[in-house]
Amino acid sequence: MQWTRRHLLGLEELSAEEINFILERADSFKEVCTRPNKKVPALVGRTIVNMFFENSTRTNISFQLAARRLSADTLMFSKAGTSIAKGETMLDTARNIEAMGVDVMVLRHGASGAPWKLAANVSCAVVNAGDGQHEHPTQALLDLYTIREARGRIAGLTVGIVGDIAHSRVARSNIWGLTKLGARVMVVGPTTLIPREVEKMGVEVCHDMDHAVRECDVLNMLRIQFERQDGTNPFPSIREYKQMFSLTAERLARGKPDLLVMHPGPVNRGIEISPEVADGPKSLILRQVANGLAVRMAVLQMVAGVAAAS
Amino acid sequence: MPAIVVRNGELLDPGENISGLGHIVAKDGHITYVGPDLAQARMVAGPDAMDFDAEGLMVVPGLIDMHVHFREPGNEAEETVASGSLAAVAGGFTSVVCMANTDPVVDTEADIISARQKSELVGLANIFPVGAVTAGRRGEELAEMAQMARGGAVAFSDDGTAVPTAGLLRRALSYAKMLGRPILEHCEDRSLIGEGVMNEDFVSTTLGLNGIPDEAEDIIVARDVALARLTGGHIHIQHVSTANAVAIIRSAKETGVRVTAEVTPHHLTLNSDCLKTYDPVFRVSPPLRTQTDVLACRQGLKDGVIDAIASDHAPHLEEEKELEFAFSPPGMIGLESTLAILSTELVEPGFFTWSEILPALTAHPSDILNLGRGRLRLGLPADITLIDTKMRWQIDKHRFHSRSRNCPFDRREVVGRVVATMVGGKVKFSLSNPTVS
Repeated sequence: MQWTRRHLLGLEELSAEEINFILERADSFKEVCTRPNKKVPALVGRTIVNMFFENSTRTNISFQLAARRLSADTLMFSKAGTSIAKGETMLDTARNIEAMGVDVMVLRHGASGAPWKLAANVSCAVVNAGDGQHEHPTQALLDLYTIREARGRIAGLTVGIVGDIAHSRVARSNIWGLTKLGARVMVVGPTTLIPREVEKMGVEVCHDMDHAVRECDVLNMLRIQFERQDGTNPFPSIREYKQMFSLTAERLARGKPDLLVMHPGPVNRGIEISPEVADGPKSLILRQVANGLAVRMAVLQMVAGVAAAS
Repeated sequence: MPAIVVRNGELLDPGENISGLGHIVAKDGHITYVGPDLAQARMVAGPDAMDFDAEGLMVVPGLIDMHVHFREPGNEAEETVASGSLAAVAGGFTSVVCMANTDPVVDTEADIISARQKSELVGLANIFPVGAVTAGRRGEELAEMAQMARGGAVAFSDDGTAVPTAGLLRRALSYAKMLGRPILEHCEDRSLIGEGVMNEDFVSTTLGLNGIPDEAEDIIVARDVALARLTGGHIHIQHVSTANAVAIIRSAKETGVRVTAEVTPHHLTLNSDCLKTYDPVFRVSPPLRTQTDVLACRQGLKDGVIDAIASDHAPHLEEEKELEFAFSPPGMIGLESTLAILSTELVEPGFFTWSEILPALTAHPSDILNLGRGRLRLGLPADITLIDTKMRWQIDKHRFHSRSRNCPFDRREVVGRVVATMVGGKVKFSLSNPTVS
């Protein structure tokens, strides 16, 4: 197939074919990342700007490094907080940066939907690096890539996404991607962190972590986004949450022998996952980070290609 | 001032059993003739009378919008009394009821008098001010309601938020009953709104936007009708948006509670699917609900459970509506689109007849607020709206008289247009001659 999308905004709008296309393209960049010379000239002379309106460490660095390995010029703009009342709006900032002639904008923003607004108002390519509680497509793509790499396939696997589903963009993008590629998806967490009618996205809802551990081939552990709760705690105490949902070594031992553990980071060690699990042999956490680079190189190269052609 | 003979129009006022070809005479600001006899109309009007040819037009009582926000004082860049009044008459509204959440809040007699004086200076639509229920709309102590009533407040409302506690609303309803005024309630439970910015449903789940459940509204509506029952006061439920709220109001009315209700054009025609584009123009409070709720609101209107249609005209600056969805303020303007939307979405497809719609825009709001208008009746002020029900046009927010542009119906192809608006026997808006006023 031919990649035709100018932007990468979310996985909801992508077909299974498009998702697989990205994963295959990432394979070749993964190989590049193992060479002594990790740089390819794919995007020489192109400019990619990271616009981060929300704090981020790994996604920001990962995108920057991906762009540099493609030989693009990179810029970094970071403005924590939001454009609510005073100061320049996101669109004004973006129009200014666009006027300097950039090819791709990588946007991280605290408001759901912000990349769509940006894409509708600029002529360069837009890549969503996480918008509010909505989507985080490159994270889900690297999660898919990592599962495929570790297990050889995605279809037919049972993947549990555990924790704060309600406030998680990682969960939403993963749900779209996994279900499109034929996985069985279970969202696991307390009732208060499961969003309304989530079953309609094609997932099962589970409140029993031990059941999830027995059923799943992969567990993707999410952190509780305490900063996104609306002033009241969604569960009575961290102690109680850990007792019910934390992935401990003891719990993990009751799962399938080849059960794999993932986490998009940042990890709250000792809350959703115990240190020995996070650092243990079933953990794919650092492989996810490594694969993120290859996936983001693929995405940047593809959208920059479309931008150049149009 | 010469009399005007509005001749050969299709008169329609279901409450007065008026329907068919006829003529109206407006003299000295009042209606002095309604009927089919042109010769008699001319006699009543006298020799100097002007003719207004209404052939082919529907002639109805001047429309009343019982829920608008003009931002003066405080946010004149969004709307002033003058711009809002012009938008009103351009939309066929001869009377508007202005909410109290200006800056400063309308919570004293002086504020009420000032609002009325401003509207008289503008001299377009009749403006009826509402006073706040609580001082500063802070939800703590009652505002000086009796003095505001003396100054001309037609009702009391903390619109924008519900009166926070049952105890305070009980007092307010009881006190307002003594003054013969209703309390207009914005029914949303603060703790259930939480960080919500849209209806809580499958759409909010996929968009990653925090939801507001129906129950935020239902709980306050249930509380409010219980307190109306307790006090004997008159509670008016603003902008009903849920199927359950309609059911609660229906059962309260059946048991004799003094409750009335309004619904907006947007809650009658739009649902939460509209938000899929993240366009903040669709952010409104209470939020756009599901199609089930839309249909329940329509049925409530049809059955008389919902008495009035009101726009909740809420102007906001273009730059505010350019923000990210969750950061953009809720609210839509409606004065210049309401009639066309009702015509296009409800009347033309056959869901409602004009006879079913009109009372909700005329006699009903007048009765709820005791305005003594909204009818083609001898002796009443000559507030008359003339509508071409067949005219097709495209809504263009850039041609609005309102200072704001946050209209969710922009660019819609619609049918039905206000051709002229007469307030107190004077033509205040004419489509063919927009500068008449």
